[in-house]
Amino acid sequence: MIQVKGLQKYFGKKQVLKDINCEINDNEVVCVIGPSGSGKSTFLRCLNALEVAQGGEILVDQFKVTDPETDLNLLRSHVGMVFQRFNLFPHMTALENICLAPISVKKMTRQKAEEKARELLKRVGLSEKENSYPHELSGGQQQRVAIARALAMDPQLLLFDEPTSALDPEMVGEVLDVIKSLAHGGKTMVVVTHEMGFAKQVCDRVFFMDAGQIIEIGTPQQIFGDATNERTRSFLSKIL
Amino acid sequence: MLSWFRTDIIVEYWPLFLEGLKTTLELTLIGVFFGTLLGLFLGIGKIALVERGPWKWPVKIFVRIPSQLYITFFRGTPLFVQILLIHFALVPLLIHPDEGFLIQGDWALLLKREYGAFISGALALSLNAAAYIAEIFRAGIQSIDKGQFEAARSLGLNYFQTMKLIIIPQAFRRMLPPLGNEAITLLKDSSLVSAIGLAELAYAARTAAGAYSRYWEPYLFISFIYLLITLGLSYGVHLLERKFKNS
Ligand SMILES: Nc1ncnc2c1ncn2[C@@H]1O[C@H](COP(=O)(O)OP(=O)(O)OP(=O)(O)O)[C@@H](O)[C@H]1O
Ligand SMILES: [Mg+2]
Repeated sequence: MIQVKGLQKYFGKKQVLKDINCEINDNEVVCVIGPSGSGKSTFLRCLNALEVAQGGEILVDQFKVTDPETDLNLLRSHVGMVFQRFNLFPHMTALENICLAPISVKKMTRQKAEEKARELLKRVGLSEKENSYPHELSGGQQQRVAIARALAMDPQLLLFDEPTSALDPEMVGEVLDVIKSLAHGGKTMVVVTHEMGFAKQVCDRVFFMDAGQIIEIGTPQQIFGDATNERTRSFLSKIL
Repeated sequence: MLSWFRTDIIVEYWPLFLEGLKTTLELTLIGVFFGTLLGLFLGIGKIALVERGPWKWPVKIFVRIPSQLYITFFRGTPLFVQILLIHFALVPLLIHPDEGFLIQGDWALLLKREYGAFISGALALSLNAAAYIAEIFRAGIQSIDKGQFEAARSLGLNYFQTMKLIIIPQAFRRMLPPLGNEAITLLKDSSLVSAIGLAELAYAARTAAGAYSRYWEPYLFISFIYLLITLGLSYGVHLLERKFKNS
């Protein structure tokens, strides 16, 4: 599904990603962990070209993300993204948030899009909230709407950037449950997270990032059990 | 007590004042309308940026830089000078019986004689307002959280869809108060076009003043009218501010 070769990213003179190499398979769930500022978000945002890479190659499905000729809108319509701060559109109801892209990008009829949106709202447990505006919803509810919004485009790949970090502790569970159900439903997902319990339970592989590099890759058992790299171990010992 | 105030002057020139008020309002409405339209494109143009691909340089050279130059020029020079420049230099270039770029022949002659000053005045006010409104749009757009733009783009919406469906609707609410203030400025600034002989309110006052050599009455009278409209507009702006503060 994803191939990354020699990815380099600079902000000004500062190098934030240094030679990232990895592969992610179809239907695989990958968690990206690592200290703050290590480049996890930047890596994720390079995958759907929200950030422009300065070097290397990214292949997502059939899309050469780093090729200037690539239709980025088409790529992005196949890649869902869920943000830390939800980023729902405040002037639209939950239903309208979800219908927007199917109608204006996929040219679906409004009726069909709404049908689908209601189905998705049901799936994230918010059927009764379709006419609520984002400011009328709790953080956990907003994030679940945001997940439904990403799902509405039937993405082949889902990217999550710390989806629960902005939530009050009592709402983390409800959002993680939704993400878990997606993982078991066979979607390819890349999840940047600080929820180590979630990572242990749900993902197939863990990427540990530090200082702009992927330092270690392994199954949760390997990483959380006996990480080989010193930096991985010291990071995990600090947070576990 | 007010016996020194010769209301008969106002009464005698009433039709002229009325005509002038109509022209002033027309100029303001035209200025707000075309200023907003053009200002929208200039405001977006000023911050348009393509990070990579074949559009990067064309957008910069043909959209971003011209928008910036336009805004800098119209905000950096006096409106009065702009009016003179447009009336005596630009419009004759465009509308001229012999060599007009846009309109020639008898029609140009007629247009110029009947509406020359109005065209120039409306054009100058619109072009000037556009520069200020562009800055209002730019500030409004930049005040929207970057996450909104990213969320829209990550769903596959293109730049124009994102602007039209997500950014502008949110920015517009915040822009209503400054747009209202721009309308007030425009109303007052429209008095400057009396210099090219356009019969708006200030021109009507000047005519009445000239005929009687009395200055208090006509100028106080139009001051009162301007004040009435600007206060009305401010109140409207205030109501809008209140309305959108809650939502
Ligand atoms: N738009 C930007 N401009 C300049 N520097 C940036 C920008 N975005 C990120 N950086 C820098 O790049 C580095 C990596 O940032 P990134 O957000 O990818 O880290 P992260 O691993 O996601 O951290 P966190 O866990 O805090 O979210 C940081 O040093 C950050 O300061
Ligand atoms: Mg981050």
